[in-house]
Amino acid sequence: MSNPIRRRARRLAAIALVAGLVTAGCAERAEEPTAPKTSEKQFPVTVTPPSGEPLTIDKRPERIVSLSASNTETLFAVGAGKQVVAVDDQSDYPADVPKTDLSGLNPNVEAIAGYDPDLVIISDDADNLVASLEQLKRQVLVVPAAATLDDVYAGMKLIGEASGHAEEGKDLADRTKSDLEKLAADSPKLKQPLTYYHELDTTLYSATSKTFIGQIYGLFGLSNIADPADKDKGGYPQLSNEHILAADPDLIFLGDTKCCGQSAKTVAARPGWGNLKAVKDGNVVALDDDLASRWGPRVVDLAESVADAVSKASKG
Amino acid sequence: MLTATSRDTTRPDVTPTRLRPAVVVVSVLVLVVVISVSTLLGAANLGWTRVVAEVWAQLTGGVSPLSATEAGIVWEIRLPRVVLAGLVGAALAMAGAAFQGVFRNPLADPFLLGAAAGAGMAATIVVVAAPSVTGWVIGPLPLAAFAGAIGGVTLTWLLGRSAGGGTAVLLLAGVAVASFLTAIQTFVQQLNTDTIKQVYSWMLGGLNTTGWRDVLVTLPYIGLAGIVLCVCARLLDVLAVGDDEAKSLGIHPGRVRIVVLLAASLATAAAVAVSGLIGFVGIVVPHIVRLVAGASYRVVVPLSLIVGAMFLIVADHIARTVLAPAELPIGVVTAFTGAPFFLLVLRMNRGQIR
Repeated sequence: MSNPIRRRARRLAAIALVAGLVTAGCAERAEEPTAPKTSEKQFPVTVTPPSGEPLTIDKRPERIVSLSASNTETLFAVGAGKQVVAVDDQSDYPADVPKTDLSGLNPNVEAIAGYDPDLVIISDDADNLVASLEQLKRQVLVVPAAATLDDVYAGMKLIGEASGHAEEGKDLADRTKSDLEKLAADSPKLKQPLTYYHELDTTLYSATSKTFIGQIYGLFGLSNIADPADKDKGGYPQLSNEHILAADPDLIFLGDTKCCGQSAKTVAARPGWGNLKAVKDGNVVALDDDLASRWGPRVVDLAESVADAVSKASKG
Repeated sequence: MLTATSRDTTRPDVTPTRLRPAVVVVSVLVLVVVISVSTLLGAANLGWTRVVAEVWAQLTGGVSPLSATEAGIVWEIRLPRVVLAGLVGAALAMAGAAFQGVFRNPLADPFLLGAAAGAGMAATIVVVAAPSVTGWVIGPLPLAAFAGAIGGVTLTWLLGRSAGGGTAVLLLAGVAVASFLTAIQTFVQQLNTDTIKQVYSWMLGGLNTTGWRDVLVTLPYIGLAGIVLCVCARLLDVLAVGDDEAKSLGIHPGRVRIVVLLAASLATAAAVAVSGLIGFVGIVVPHIVRLVAGASYRVVVPLSLIVGAMFLIVADHIARTVLAPAELPIGVVTAFTGAPFFLLVLRMNRGQIR
């Protein structure tokens, strides 16, 4: 089990470090902008989601329902939190989200309509949700799961525009991008690229360097042991146990600490894993499952964990 | 009704025969070869000559060319996985043969009486209720799957008996119990959609993360069931003739059925607990054995055990090497390789299955 106090201390140290190195205000983006910079006059606005028809929104949406945790985080980060009336059962950040038992995976149209939304933001058109909601004259914006970091930035801009916070959306995207680049630039240069394994679950599913998760590691010059396994180019292959041992990664990142109770201790106890370099050198990093799977503004937090791990590993 | 004691309902033109020692010796030898080859080759490209050198060094106390990690791959990952694949294959195949014998139905498989649905439901509940329990000798998920499989079969048995017993009633009870338990599983999943991936990746079946511990916890059950089923194989031959005839020979058909079903379900539950739901083995292997070596259960049960082990070791070998370093779900392999092979055997023995 990871020690939350130590982790928080490390996080704080990282934040302090970054804040010290760059000009003030760049590293923190948690607080909401005080006054809405944008006014009503940007509406009607036409936004074009990556996969779908352009959507024209006539008035600033005041009753938004968000059905995916990542998009919820982005909505709150662009300052549209006050306009959100309901979020799905997976959305749990920031702490004050109007959490409901709505499901984004098996959406119930009546339940969604019950919140009388003027804009529904979803990541996946499950069960023809878009068509059903349009029949009820509700506008739906599909912001799909990000495949790459560019998709992450595009999603932030899109959600900003659609919610009447175009400036903040663009700001958030730019800030996220520069924060990530800064973290990468400040991390020690590696003579030899360190290798890593990012674990999604205990059956050894992983994410390749093509995914937005892998791209974050890529910023630090890390090399991904899952890449040769990605035969279908899906980005999330299931690795062979033998391959992980043979590859002997320098770093192991666990994205299954909450779902599956994994930790440096459980990893060391797996058959054959005790001899791994990462285990012996103490470079098994427990990540927050949510940080390691959501394509929202907290990708920076994930990058901070990676930066910590890289600087520790390069010293040792 | 049949009167001759030597007739068999699945294959009337063949009289029950004893298992010939030569057949056993040959099949065990083939099994040993399969285990050896499967241990020498794998996703990690160690080079089979180096693995042989490692084994030789272990036997003679010499110096091995493999590093500690590479030796770990052979001894702690690859070998236990091969052994476990053999155990699971043996368990499912002999359980399938036993079920086919008890129900006198060539389509019977080990999951017929609600074992799969029970295991699936219990596994889902554990994933939802105790997501991060670790540090037990056996994880909560295999335990739950084992208990669920046993529970599903027990429920079917009780329902079937309360509805008058008989194999047809038992089969129908199995269908009802399986649907009911699957409905509960789906309902629990819908309430906890974030756990769906974990549940399905378990249900797809696989041996990717197993070790000696899984071998040790399943061996007693599968071993015991194997002994019981091989001993009872002769009684299954008698049952195949008909209950009245069996009674006239001093055999209690009901008791034989309970014992055989209990042993087969125990083996199935142990297999499901460590490997998830691997289909096709339990139904195809006994038929292949029957077509090749004869329909007597004295032949089919022990040979299914050996051939099942072989079949699943080969299937798992394909699962872990064909896309290496990625994994393929083993259920895909068992169906993809098993089905055409089965059709081939069927064609070669045209008209012998009714």
